[in-house]
Amino acid sequence: MAVSIIIRVILYVLLAPVIGGLLEGLDRVISARMQGRQGPPIVQPFYDVYKLLNKQTIVVNSIQVLFIMAYLIFTVFTGALFFGGGDMLLVFFSLSMSEVMLVLAAYSVNGPYSAMGAQRELLQMMCYEPMMLLLAIGFYVAQGSFMVNDLIGATRPAVIALPGMFIGFAFVLIIKLRKSPFDLSTSHHAHQEMVKGLTTDISGRDMGLVELAEWYDTTLMMGIIGMFFVTANPVSYLFAILACAVVFFLITLVDNTHPRVKAMHMFGITWLVVLVCAGTNLLILNLIK
Amino acid sequence: MISVFQTSGFLILFPFVVALLVVLQKKDTRLRRVTVIGNGFLIMAAAVYTAVCTLMDGQEILFKPSSEAALSAAENTILVGEIFLLLVVTVLSIRYKKYYCILIGALGTCPILAMDFLGLMPEHETYLRLDPLAAVMYLIAGVVGPLICMYAVGYMSDYHHHHTDVQDRTNVFLALLFVFLGGMFGLITSDNLVWVFFFWEITSVCSFLLIGYTRSPEAVNNSFRALWMNLLGGVGFSAGILVLFWMDENHISSLSELNHVGIAGPVVMLSVTLFAFAALTKSAQFPFSRWLLGAMVAPTPSSALLHSATMVKIGVYMLIRLSPQFYGTFTGVMITVLGGFTFFAASLLAISQSDGKKVLAYSTISNLGLITACAGTGTTEGVWAAVMLMLFHAVSKSLLFQTVGDIENNMGSRDIEDMHGLVIKLPRLALIMMIGICGMFMAPFGMLVSKWAALKAFVDSQSVWLVLFLVFGSGSTLFYWAKWLGKICTVIHQSVNLEDETHGSELISMVPLTGLIVVMCFAFPLMSNTMVQPVLNTTFNKIVPNVIGGSDVIIMMIMVTMIFLVPLGSRFLSVGAKDKMTMSYVAGVNAGDDRHYIDSFGKSRSLYLANWYMEDYFGEKRLLMPCVGISAILVILMVLIVMGGVF
Repeated sequence: MAVSIIIRVILYVLLAPVIGGLLEGLDRVISARMQGRQGPPIVQPFYDVYKLLNKQTIVVNSIQVLFIMAYLIFTVFTGALFFGGGDMLLVFFSLSMSEVMLVLAAYSVNGPYSAMGAQRELLQMMCYEPMMLLLAIGFYVAQGSFMVNDLIGATRPAVIALPGMFIGFAFVLIIKLRKSPFDLSTSHHAHQEMVKGLTTDISGRDMGLVELAEWYDTTLMMGIIGMFFVTANPVSYLFAILACAVVFFLITLVDNTHPRVKAMHMFGITWLVVLVCAGTNLLILNLIK
Repeated sequence: MISVFQTSGFLILFPFVVALLVVLQKKDTRLRRVTVIGNGFLIMAAAVYTAVCTLMDGQEILFKPSSEAALSAAENTILVGEIFLLLVVTVLSIRYKKYYCILIGALGTCPILAMDFLGLMPEHETYLRLDPLAAVMYLIAGVVGPLICMYAVGYMSDYHHHHTDVQDRTNVFLALLFVFLGGMFGLITSDNLVWVFFFWEITSVCSFLLIGYTRSPEAVNNSFRALWMNLLGGVGFSAGILVLFWMDENHISSLSELNHVGIAGPVVMLSVTLFAFAALTKSAQFPFSRWLLGAMVAPTPSSALLHSATMVKIGVYMLIRLSPQFYGTFTGVMITVLGGFTFFAASLLAISQSDGKKVLAYSTISNLGLITACAGTGTTEGVWAAVMLMLFHAVSKSLLFQTVGDIENNMGSRDIEDMHGLVIKLPRLALIMMIGICGMFMAPFGMLVSKWAALKAFVDSQSVWLVLFLVFGSGSTLFYWAKWLGKICTVIHQSVNLEDETHGSELISMVPLTGLIVVMCFAFPLMSNTMVQPVLNTTFNKIVPNVIGGSDVIIMMIMVTMIFLVPLGSRFLSVGAKDKMTMSYVAGVNAGDDRHYIDSFGKSRSLYLANWYMEDYFGEKRLLMPCVGISAILVILMVLIVMGGVF
């Protein structure tokens, strides 16, 4: 048992950036095709990060580096907790801690764009935090455990009991992955009125580390999507991967077709969606039980 | 070997003696400082001793004053004390023309007095009690409370240095803090309901006097608001006592009898509801939150005391005492809903505040809402979370108040906007503040761990609405703490270090509290086993399995270690030491200090970064009154429906 956990964690630490990087490359290619462009090669993100890591790093202050390191370490830790089979609630608590580190990195530089990005990022966290916690509770009510280890041994896929949660989670994933229309804090696209927002004052090696952390994060999010479909039956993993592909494609599609909304608009919509989809789901689940 | 009976008696009486000693020393002399600090440590030692002995024993002990003479002296003192309190209220109400307070005060106290004089009071079996819950409260009041008193010594001399318009009555202020502690110990130890009521009123009147310390019109107004709300709670409490005396055939006269009553009939339930109503006023739940918000006009030590170690904790203490009666009842459901609602609403309101003390006040209300909700479920997990939350909240909140108070003394402002770049201006206080804030909301610090247990408790008791309140409230809690944390962490170039004028006596208090937060992170499995489990065992008369166990604890330990290792490690490995430094990006030419930029006319313009407060969405103007309205309706409904069950 302990050995298998260690193997899974090591596999995650090694493979997650590869998967995350490829997904980002894929995202770029799909986006380009949607816009009628050729697009970069799928491994372009790896070239980018390699270049970033080897560039001269320019920092605004010395504690910025500290927060970024903490962000990366805690993001990796969060993912390890999930793929190692840990407690779902703990995974989400640890996730929000790593996010706070990134926000603090942005706050510490005292720049107008970074500060604005940091506030927006916090608002985004406030939007998706309820959904994350509800998700863990939903799994607990439906499958009887908070532990990922127990959840993957389920007899039937969780999505049957948690369709509302699934929709809600896919929705907040747009925020989590910083895709339009909810890419308020920072964006990969060059259509920002606030430069690079959250990451404006991060450069060189530090920026590379942030990108790396985002890859880990993307992999974790896909893992959670997969959780809705995984059962004790190995075939279910195929469905899980398929579901990830569909959700990822849809998010890319939304990203390319929807302009950014205003912050409070996002807040209103998200809480409403979470309350209606996930809240109702939980309510019904409790009544059935 | 000193017995716990002696030490607990000492703890009830001695603070009053100290208060007397302090009030006689008008001048800020070395002797007064020594009196406060020395006796503070003495109280602390006695409280810790009593608590540890009681916890090791793990049993509920009922006892009464040693001799008949002592007993009747105590009874008479309480009688005289009640009349005295009523007189204080009457005189001050007449002086400030707030006559309604006299009415409310009399309504609570007079029936009890009348019964006593007419000899209608039933014979009491028990008077005092020590059990694990009392021990936990002893630790909260006895460790955090005296620390606040010591802090007050240094703080008040600075305070009067900066506020020359306020008459210096520091001796009265310090004495009141000790009276408060005495009242607190009395309340925790009392089992007899009339005695509890007496100490209950002491704390009400004390907090009223503390809030009105500066005697400015605002302070007077706010103190009377606190007074009438708490006296109203007192009315509820005395009504609860009367209901038990007259309408119930068992003639219950003590808390322990109430706890052992088994399944409560409608009459007992009515009095439980009335006690719960009183508890809601004390712990400033909606609709009674406004008194606590107004309490911040007073000097900071009083806020720290009201918010962390005493006043508001009395309310939740009472609810935890009653929690076995709440399980599966209408009152229990209403209390959980009110608590959950308060948690959610107060955390939204906190977003819109920029006054540091006000954010802390809303956060207190919000966290107490959570504790109330936990106690209201009446389940073992709920009570586990409630006790844990209470412990962590007491330490973190008193530290935060003290830090904000010190920052105000150093910078002349406690506005969060002015704390911009605190990490450069006042590094020591900033670090303490960061640890305090992290303690309030971040994994794996105590508050969050307890919140996690609360969440599990709510899910297990199938209270879906409560789960929803909790998850949405958690989102906004994260928002208002993190933006404050960010403000402190901002590094401004070429900023000067302000002179840190923190007094030694303030550090005596703040350093141990900071240490406690860190230690409690690691020690929480131990705390769960040695402090909370005995509480559950005596409250529910059964052994309760560990709420958070096994692998989770190990993982959290790893997280705590990482939090402290990452900064140390990066300093040790000198990560980023060779990086080139630059100025932050301002879409123009940075004038060199991150606070000015060169505009298109070549002029240097200043730049100011403000946090978001979103007044239009979460402001008091928009949310406060509706929240008070909704919860007031809920409270009235609760009391009326339970009454309907009796008559």
